[in-house]
Amino acid sequence: MTTRLMHRMLLLPGLVALVVTFCLPVAWLLHMSFMPEPDSPPGHAAISFHAYAQVLEDGFYWWVVWQTVRIGLVVTCLTVPLSFPIALFLSRSTSPWRGTLAALAVAPLLTSTVIRTYGWMVILGRHGLINRTLLGLGVLSMPVRLDNGTFATIVALVEILMPYAIISILGGMGRLTVELEQAAALLGAPLWKVFMRITVPLALPGLLTASLLVFVLSISSLVTPQLMGGGRVFVLSTEIFSQTTQALNWPLAGALSTLLLALFGSVIVLYQRAARRLEDPA
Amino acid sequence: MNPLARTLVWRGLITALYVFLLAPIIVVACVSFDTRPYLDFPPRSLSLGSYAGVVRNHVFFEAMLTSMLIGAIAATCSVVLGTMASFGLVRGRFRGRAVFAWFFLSPMLAPHIVLAVGLMMTLQPLGLLNTLSGLVLAHIGITLPYTVRIVSMGLSRIDPAWEEAARVHGASGGKVLWHVTLPVLRPNMLAAGMIAFLISFDEAVIALFIAGRHATTLPLAIYEYIQFRTDPQVAALSVIVIVVSLLPIIVIERSISLRRAVGS
Repeated sequence: MTTRLMHRMLLLPGLVALVVTFCLPVAWLLHMSFMPEPDSPPGHAAISFHAYAQVLEDGFYWWVVWQTVRIGLVVTCLTVPLSFPIALFLSRSTSPWRGTLAALAVAPLLTSTVIRTYGWMVILGRHGLINRTLLGLGVLSMPVRLDNGTFATIVALVEILMPYAIISILGGMGRLTVELEQAAALLGAPLWKVFMRITVPLALPGLLTASLLVFVLSISSLVTPQLMGGGRVFVLSTEIFSQTTQALNWPLAGALSTLLLALFGSVIVLYQRAARRLEDPA
Repeated sequence: MNPLARTLVWRGLITALYVFLLAPIIVVACVSFDTRPYLDFPPRSLSLGSYAGVVRNHVFFEAMLTSMLIGAIAATCSVVLGTMASFGLVRGRFRGRAVFAWFFLSPMLAPHIVLAVGLMMTLQPLGLLNTLSGLVLAHIGITLPYTVRIVSMGLSRIDPAWEEAARVHGASGGKVLWHVTLPVLRPNMLAAGMIAFLISFDEAVIALFIAGRHATTLPLAIYEYIQFRTDPQVAALSVIVIVVSLLPIIVIERSISLRRAVGS
């Protein structure tokens, strides 16, 4: 057997696994979205656009898409600026604790989303940390509802997605060195100007990647909006979940998933355009 | 602002951000030692009662075993398949190699919610819904891109001169692989396996769709519990889960560093 053939044979088992667990499900999902509605008489039409028509005609689904994008944008606009200082700190720190601090910033990524969401339920809950503290200090006379809603979902998502942003920003800071900033400061630039003219532009590739990642992960998150939303946050993923598991309307779930995939794809294309322009401004 | 004040403000900001980042984990750890059904700071009474409750809870115990079993099998398969594919992708000199490399990483970009719906629709006619095999299969799929990437990273850094040297001294192809290439690759394979285990162990979205009463994973059991209650028992369980996850995290950090394992 030639080595060339052998190398191709080595790919085979992995390819089979990916076809079964990735290609087939996505293809089946697309197929399912063109099926007629569940309670229509069998053998009626092979292909139906019923599910898509339902999504496009119902104002509710337009609103759900808008909610999804809105929460994604708010989460991105909060997560990236909050992660930037940590990434800057980690890239410069010379402390012996640097390794530990870096691991601490990334490790939450590897603890279950369910557990971290639970943590936020405890913090923001009616009898939670914040309400009890504010009541104890006499700031409040009645507990406020912080949980069960968009606010709680956004807070939890920001925290859950920060490690992804930190890693992306760190990965994109190759050209940024302290010397450049010191040079600018020596030439008399005030601190904010150094930050806006040197630090941010040079970190831009990483910031862009982080924004993409956070947006894409937040619009496809299910556990957090489901648990923190308390049934009052309607985004594409929660709608897909209820259509699949409760309403058992698989064509509709398929159409909504396709919509989410399309949203995903368009954001990634936008990102690639922006990244290309960043690398080659001409 | 003078330099000292600036340093203090900067340190304060970083500390505050770290507190925010670690807040849910710290809070969960504190509640786990409390006996009352809600959080109050400082905990008035400390006890291990919640931990005893977890051990006695059959649902949690079985879910923990299920999750560990699924994680171990999925991670092993994923590392074996991933290592084979990495050899093909890194060492192979055939046309379309770049396309294959891209294909192997592409599931990383697919949203889990969409994969979950697709998997549910695919596994149902095969009778694999609500089974361990279905979950293992799904978890091999989502972890394979990570194992391929991490093992490929190690393989492309191996100096061909080492293998050449062994061959010149008369070692057979199999011996070179067993005594030179694989030992050098071991940290990466280990880290890949640990990442795969953690991804499988923490995965909740796909489990929500394809797991069920006959095959409940731990994240799913916790999810179902906290939908109705937020008592300290689940906090104790969470602490146990975090401690279990800590070991793989330390192994990864020691072998190839966490940032390189999960980063792009």
